[in-house]
Amino acid sequence: MTTTATPGARRKSLQRWGGLALAAVLWWVLYLVNQPFWDWLVGSVIGLDLSGRLGSGVHFFLYDTVKIVLLLAGIIFLVTVLRSFMSVERTRALLGGKREGVGNVLAAGLGVVTPFCSCSAVPAFIGFVASGIPLGVTMSFLIASPLVNEVAIALLLGLFGVGPTLMYVGAGLVIAIVAGYIIGRLKLERFVEPFVFETKLRGQVIDSTTDLTWDDRIQMGIEEVSSILRKIWPYLLVGIGLGAVIHGWAPEDFFATYAGADNPFAVLIAVLVGVPLYSNAAGILPLVEALHTKGLPMGTLLAFMMATVALSLPELILLRRVLKPKLIAIFVSVTALGIIAVGYLFNAVL
Amino acid sequence: MKIKVLGPGCANCVNLEKVAKQAASELGIDATFEKVTDYAEIAAYGIMRTPGLVVDEQVVLSGRVPTARQVKELLAPRVG
Repeated sequence: MTTTATPGARRKSLQRWGGLALAAVLWWVLYLVNQPFWDWLVGSVIGLDLSGRLGSGVHFFLYDTVKIVLLLAGIIFLVTVLRSFMSVERTRALLGGKREGVGNVLAAGLGVVTPFCSCSAVPAFIGFVASGIPLGVTMSFLIASPLVNEVAIALLLGLFGVGPTLMYVGAGLVIAIVAGYIIGRLKLERFVEPFVFETKLRGQVIDSTTDLTWDDRIQMGIEEVSSILRKIWPYLLVGIGLGAVIHGWAPEDFFATYAGADNPFAVLIAVLVGVPLYSNAAGILPLVEALHTKGLPMGTLLAFMMATVALSLPELILLRRVLKPKLIAIFVSVTALGIIAVGYLFNAVL
Repeated sequence: MKIKVLGPGCANCVNLEKVAKQAASELGIDATFEKVTDYAEIAAYGIMRTPGLVVDEQVVLSGRVPTARQVKELLAPRVG
């Protein structure tokens, strides 16, 4: 913030925070009128029966699209602005010299709060390991980062409330901590491509986040919202479309009969289907919401979503540059087992 | 001036190179451009988020695609 409050700076500051407050109010109003508006348009103006198949499917699609876009925009903006105070460079400095155990816990937590894209998984992996951070601790970071992500948090919060969201974040952290710890204990360094350990870090580290102003951070938030929405909208539309079909047309007890709480293989199958499926949380959650209303238990659904977002083929192909196939296989198995365990646990206690 | 664009060939790296070339030509800098796509080489510069921009072996930027104006601000003090 500015320490010298010149009139010009004060006006700029007023404009900035006033604009933000206005945007927040607008957001809230849109969120509130979303349901009544579509009730009115689909039910009264177009004249579809909202409890019928077509009416409820169409209403679900329109209402959900607006709701999810609003939720994503709001939460991605907030998260990006908050995360602009963190950086991969700072995370690495914080992890330096930490032992396994404590290191795994810290790495998983930092994996959640550090702004990080899995497209940078390889240089970050080299940067961590070459600077002496243990392999298992590095893996805790790399597992937590996609597993507990802001898009999923935004949607879970909006669609299911605080309880399931906290469960998801807690479960994701535990999986990342335990899986990383196990990988560390197994002493798998020989399955890391040797050049990683031979890499000498000579460049000076630049931390691009230290001299950002509030205007920069807000600008970053706006850019991130538009870039994520542009990237995920196809997944989102397909997900909501499928959700709408399930919502309107699938027989009431179809999924509950075949994948309900009393089917012991449901979680296992959900994870096995989810791992090769490449989507992101925005595409999966509308589907999860529709399946939930059809009686599928939360544990099975969370496991399905986690398997889809945490393990993706493109990221595994990238990681092949630094990890030998055996270590990739162990990484996938340990993480998938963790997700399966969490799914069964939630189904049992909820 | 030697400018290196660090990145495995993703869209962001292509954009960064384009922006950097534009900035250099607008400043009238005689610069040579080099693409660094090897991960070991990228990481050796201390870069953990691609793309990265290196000017005369100094890392000046990483993790985002700046505007041409921002690159000009980065390049201008390094001329000469």
